[in-house]
Amino acid sequence: MNNITYFKDQFEQLQEANPKGTIADLRQNGFDAFTKDGVPTYRNEDWKYTNVSSLFDKEYQIAENSAITLTDVNAVRLPGYKQANELVFVNGHFIADLSTIRSSTTDLIVLPLEEAAKGEYKEIVATHLNQSSNYLNDGIHALNTSFINGAVFVHVLKGKEPEHPVYCYHILDARQHPALAQPRSLVLADENSRLQITESYTTLGASDSFNNQVMEVVVKENAYVEYYKIQNDTANASQVSSTHIRQIGRSYVHTVTVTLNGGIVRNNMNLVLDAAGNETHLYGLYLLKGKSHADNHTLIDNLKPNCFSNQLYKGIADDTSTAVFNGRIMVQPDAQKTNAYQSNKNILLSENATINTKPQLEIFADDVKCSHGCTIGQLDEEAMFYLRARGIPKESAEVLLLQAFAADIVDQIKPELLRSYVSKLIYEHLAIQ
Amino acid sequence: MKEKPDTLEQAVLTEYKYGFVTDIDTDVIAKGLSENTIRLISNKKNEPEWMLDWRLKAYNHWLKLEEPKWSNVKYPIINYQDIIYYAAPKPKKQLNSLDEADPELLATFEKLGISLNEQKRLTGVAVDVVMDSVSIATSFKEQLSEIGVIFCSISEAIQLHPELVKKYLGSVVPMTDNYFAALNSAVFTDGSFCYIPKGVRCPMELSTYFRINTENAGQFERTLIVAEDESYVSYLEGCTAPMRDENQLHAAVVELVAHAKAEIKYSTVQNWYPGDKNGLGGIYNFVTKRGMCKGDHSKISWTQVETGSAITWKYPSVILKGDHSIGEFYSVAFTNNHQQADTGTKMIHLGKNTRSRIVSKGISAGHSQNSYRGLVRASKQATNARNYSQCDSLLLGDKCGAHTFPYIEVKNKTAIVEHEATTSKIGEDQLFYCKQRGIDAETAVALIVNGFAKEVMNQLPMEFAVEAQKLLAISMEGSVG
Repeated sequence: MNNITYFKDQFEQLQEANPKGTIADLRQNGFDAFTKDGVPTYRNEDWKYTNVSSLFDKEYQIAENSAITLTDVNAVRLPGYKQANELVFVNGHFIADLSTIRSSTTDLIVLPLEEAAKGEYKEIVATHLNQSSNYLNDGIHALNTSFINGAVFVHVLKGKEPEHPVYCYHILDARQHPALAQPRSLVLADENSRLQITESYTTLGASDSFNNQVMEVVVKENAYVEYYKIQNDTANASQVSSTHIRQIGRSYVHTVTVTLNGGIVRNNMNLVLDAAGNETHLYGLYLLKGKSHADNHTLIDNLKPNCFSNQLYKGIADDTSTAVFNGRIMVQPDAQKTNAYQSNKNILLSENATINTKPQLEIFADDVKCSHGCTIGQLDEEAMFYLRARGIPKESAEVLLLQAFAADIVDQIKPELLRSYVSKLIYEHLAIQ
Repeated sequence: MKEKPDTLEQAVLTEYKYGFVTDIDTDVIAKGLSENTIRLISNKKNEPEWMLDWRLKAYNHWLKLEEPKWSNVKYPIINYQDIIYYAAPKPKKQLNSLDEADPELLATFEKLGISLNEQKRLTGVAVDVVMDSVSIATSFKEQLSEIGVIFCSISEAIQLHPELVKKYLGSVVPMTDNYFAALNSAVFTDGSFCYIPKGVRCPMELSTYFRINTENAGQFERTLIVAEDESYVSYLEGCTAPMRDENQLHAAVVELVAHAKAEIKYSTVQNWYPGDKNGLGGIYNFVTKRGMCKGDHSKISWTQVETGSAITWKYPSVILKGDHSIGEFYSVAFTNNHQQADTGTKMIHLGKNTRSRIVSKGISAGHSQNSYRGLVRASKQATNARNYSQCDSLLLGDKCGAHTFPYIEVKNKTAIVEHEATTSKIGEDQLFYCKQRGIDAETAVALIVNGFAKEVMNQLPMEFAVEAQKLLAISMEGSVG
């Protein structure tokens, strides 16, 4: 594969330019692992239903410099941006000049990761960076690690509740040639803090893009974290987006992932519940059309007792799209009194669409209550009849029912501006035939 | 439950009740596997040329395969050269009736509580007894042959009905299917063969008791059941094996073929030696079972109660090829001590309006690991496919594990697939309710577990239901902390 040689060259250049330190060592480990494991194939159980090899036969350019201006950023801003800390990533690199930090530095620290790794946050970075590789041990994650560069460190300080949420805009410039971005971020919500993050993705141009993202979030005692991911990119935009959240103190995490458009989209949502009494809610929605392929992998690893988790993922597959859901709940021997629930509901709208779902429970403790359920079906005929009998045309009735189906998840987006924005996106997405 | 011990410790110490070695002269060939072994087996069984070719083809394919590693079970590497591939009780003269059978052998079955005489007289069950690898007695054959049902050992079928065997052997589980199926195809020594002609409703439950006897003798059974149009058969399979320290490999293949409007009901009670309380010894049960609903409106139903074996690794499956065909899977898997079970089913929907139902109940105790692994696939042409799956796991004790791996793949928009699974321990409130009414903890747990498994137990034929319930109770003894 030409790409492998290209990656090797790029990697060596990167290492030469920044030869020393924790991050350079991590990169080296990452690249060694990538060389060893390579790109996962369907023979790898975690990638059984998602073939990413097609993403690796393109002539990507890892370009740091791109002619992205504030005008481009304006076009991708999310509602409520005036009140938000906006972090702009161009081709995977955090660009401070385009970003706006509105919170004061007594509440929220945003730094390039390389800088954080040297200064007063050295310890934190060394302790927490790349813990995700214990769970995501495939070539794709390793590839991201080998290119940690232009990464960002976000830290909500102890006891602070910044009133401005964090918005991350990922912009990929595929106007000239296929774009490859490998953004990396480390987020720390310290004790008694509160944080809300939203990520969105935009590919510019008609070429292919591949966003191989890893975000690690560390949540400490009594912290409260909301995380939203909105994927509504072009049909040429593929991504592997790994969010690895570790709740190391008794805390609360709430995430919502919405996937509307894209090429091959793979989301890894990992929750490591490493403290007693954690509470976690995961929600996901995928409404697929065209050739989109969305694969949501969730993992909840219960390490300590008395944790509660709830998952609800819902999806619709139309045209020739493929939806994959793989939910894995692990309950370790220590994690007594775990309550873990999981539900996955799907609607198939087309003869040529496919849904593969695999809810998994792996339980090593006895005093637990765990359940999972999944369904695959169609729109309720009776509900359809009810609407049609009242003079609503078939298409509108369908949209109405699908919107209602999606509402369970949309309602979980807590900020009102974002919720109505996503709701509008969904309506437009469904109404266009 | 008369034998019920009072305390946990006592129960854990309960030894495997069916552990004894029958002292019968056996005809054993040397350990090891090679083309020569296969020729020897084939030769000993006086098989036609095509059978030998088939075996050799399977063997050559097997050589190319690697042992699968994806299952959720752990066991030491199996040395396939350290297994005796053929052990048969010394051939004696053809038996005309049971009275001529080896009295010691008959006594063995007496001990197991399946006296042939008893069964012949009282229950009307025809038993094709497999002792190690060769059938030694078949009863009720005459009665069955009157209505055209063929029920004999597979080696006999190869001799007497080669055209049927040739047509169906390997048609559902091809010799290339998987590692253990290929191995079985190469070296199978015996098994049962059933053929139900068109329009016949088999008047009795057909049943086989398996026993592993000679030390180190792996068992490679091959069962083939063919139900012609509009026929019905209920087949019972039960296993008990003597106590052993060395692990024994059992890689059987079961193939079912149901033609239009035919129904096959296949029930298993499996109680092979599970190893001692430290996980030493026990049977490795790696089985490929698959049924094909070939004709329209056909039905195949698998019911299994798994309490034995150190490792159980099997997925009785149904390929729903005919339109309106039905597949069912009912399973209770109980694991105790260091037992491991990775079991479940596959329902492959190909025909229109096909339906399947999966009910799986896993109960884990001691240090055991119990996994459900299932696949439901609705292919593109399977219009109106319908599946409902339910897998419940019950945990008794804090050292055991219960796992669920359901795979669901749907490519048809009219398909409706539902799956639900729960894992929990016995409800405190249920226990409290029983105790409050003067029922002691152990009886209460037995009561609740039996209730938990009832949906599956109800599917078993009468003959088995009693045995299965007893088995479950015995296996469970002492698992209540």
